[in-house]
Amino acid sequence: MIFNILRKELKSMFASPMGWVILSLLMLAFGMNFLNGIDSYFAVMQGAMRPAERIGVTQFVGEKLFSFAAFLALFAVPLLSMRLISEERRSLTLPFLFSAPVSITDIVLGKFLGLVIFLGVLVVYIAIMLFALSPWAEIDTGYILANSFGLLLLVASFSAAGLYFSSMTQQPVVAAILTFIVLFALSFLDLVLPGDPSGILPNLSIMHRFQSFTGGLIDTGDIAYFMLLIITFLTLTIRRLDADRLRG
Amino acid sequence: MNNLTVEAIELTRLYGGREAVSNVSFSVKQGEVLGFLGPNGAGKSTTMKMLTGNLAPSAGSMKICGIDMIENPKEAKALIGYLPEMRPLYKEFTVDEYLTIAARLHRVSGKHIKKAVENAKERCGLTHMSKRLIENLSNGYQQRVGIAQAIIHSPMVVILDEPTVGLDPNQIRPIRELIKEIGKEHSVILSTHILPEVELMCNHVQIIDKGKLVFNGDIDVLKRQRIGNKLLIGFSNLPMVDELLKIKGVIEAELTDNNMMRVRFAEGEAPHEAIVQAAVKNKWGLYQIAPDQTSLEDVFTQLTHQDAAEIAAESPQ
Repeated sequence: MIFNILRKELKSMFASPMGWVILSLLMLAFGMNFLNGIDSYFAVMQGAMRPAERIGVTQFVGEKLFSFAAFLALFAVPLLSMRLISEERRSLTLPFLFSAPVSITDIVLGKFLGLVIFLGVLVVYIAIMLFALSPWAEIDTGYILANSFGLLLLVASFSAAGLYFSSMTQQPVVAAILTFIVLFALSFLDLVLPGDPSGILPNLSIMHRFQSFTGGLIDTGDIAYFMLLIITFLTLTIRRLDADRLRG
Repeated sequence: MNNLTVEAIELTRLYGGREAVSNVSFSVKQGEVLGFLGPNGAGKSTTMKMLTGNLAPSAGSMKICGIDMIENPKEAKALIGYLPEMRPLYKEFTVDEYLTIAARLHRVSGKHIKKAVENAKERCGLTHMSKRLIENLSNGYQQRVGIAQAIIHSPMVVILDEPTVGLDPNQIRPIRELIKEIGKEHSVILSTHILPEVELMCNHVQIIDKGKLVFNGDIDVLKRQRIGNKLLIGFSNLPMVDELLKIKGVIEAELTDNNMMRVRFAEGEAPHEAIVQAAVKNKWGLYQIAPDQTSLEDVFTQLTHQDAAEIAAESPQ
């Protein structure tokens, strides 16, 4: 049943120009960043660098690309997630889902996974770009996979947050703004609030957590952090929709 | 068990302390078309939302074919097709796409989906609109799509909230036929505030007012109440009320606001001809004589003030 909701979500994302436009713009941006990365790799590495300071092309290009992608996701995900539930609220289509034999959990998970798969296309696209270097250079497969996994977790947690804020309002734009504010605050928590860098705050910041992935490190602590974020927002969404049924 | 398809047991719904629906109990049998009548804000839609699991009741329970909606919502919902008051249409899809999604969500198995969609389109007269975007359809066609999604999985119970709103008379007729047809095999609950509609489509009527079920009975009771034993007569030379009362069978006569005479006659009597003859003889200038069809409000008041024993006798419960 989750699968049916997911299919419907993907279909409606591709039925509107919005999905295609955002997808193509992001791909263009990633492609440019990738090209720039390779250009500057040659410029930097041709210079007089000591061999110990040299880093592989995968990391040199990948680090920038994945950080850039994470930063862009901050803007792109709210735009993609804003309509998920608020649009259904506004056009009064929620009863269609509520009166079908699916649970609210199915609905929420289906919508969430639909968006994650949509964004997953971008993650795969970035990975393919980097792997495309393999005929000419030795590629650090592990590094790309770790980064892709990290990026996927990042966009998934962004999507979960976006889904929650989309369930709170009838206005997609309001949902997008709320999502953006909250994600921005969560992302740069460590930069906005001054404090002890070894304290608790940096550990709660999304970008801080993501940094270990950009280094090519998969840390269970980071995975747990993103999972908790996702589960929290999804649970809140389910509760919000359930409240609709209870309060009317 | 018996063939009860819907059972509502003491449904109550509070909105901020105010009872939108209070203590409503009823049941629907297989092959029955139940009409839900009531003025705006009476609680029709709220009751339907509760029946379809879109709204949790504050108290009471509902069962679909014996399956409790609160305990087993998925199983119960699988047996229902629901068209809410506001059509839940995804306007960015074509009719075919939308109906396919509806079929999938309602557990129509993969190989039957195509057939189910074709069947629903045919029954609702949508075959030639298959590839059109729902957004571009007219109001009436959108309504048909709404009905099509409610019957696509041939549910045991079809619940339609104001199904004929926005349809022109030519479109209403096939929809009425369709509802009657569905009602033969399954059960239909529909709400409306149009009295003749109920008479045409339903074989059972419920009237709800201010959240309370005020009448529950067979359609014949309503028909009798509505057509009743009243005549509306127009005279150009208005006779005295006393003169009309002299005619055999007439027990009451009154002047209406627009200078017509409303005459009530005793049960089993047919004073029509006598009145016409009297009119001719006395040169009252008769220009119109017709059964007086009471408005919905009148029926409400009549039915609610009816003898409680009579209601009990008429209602199958």
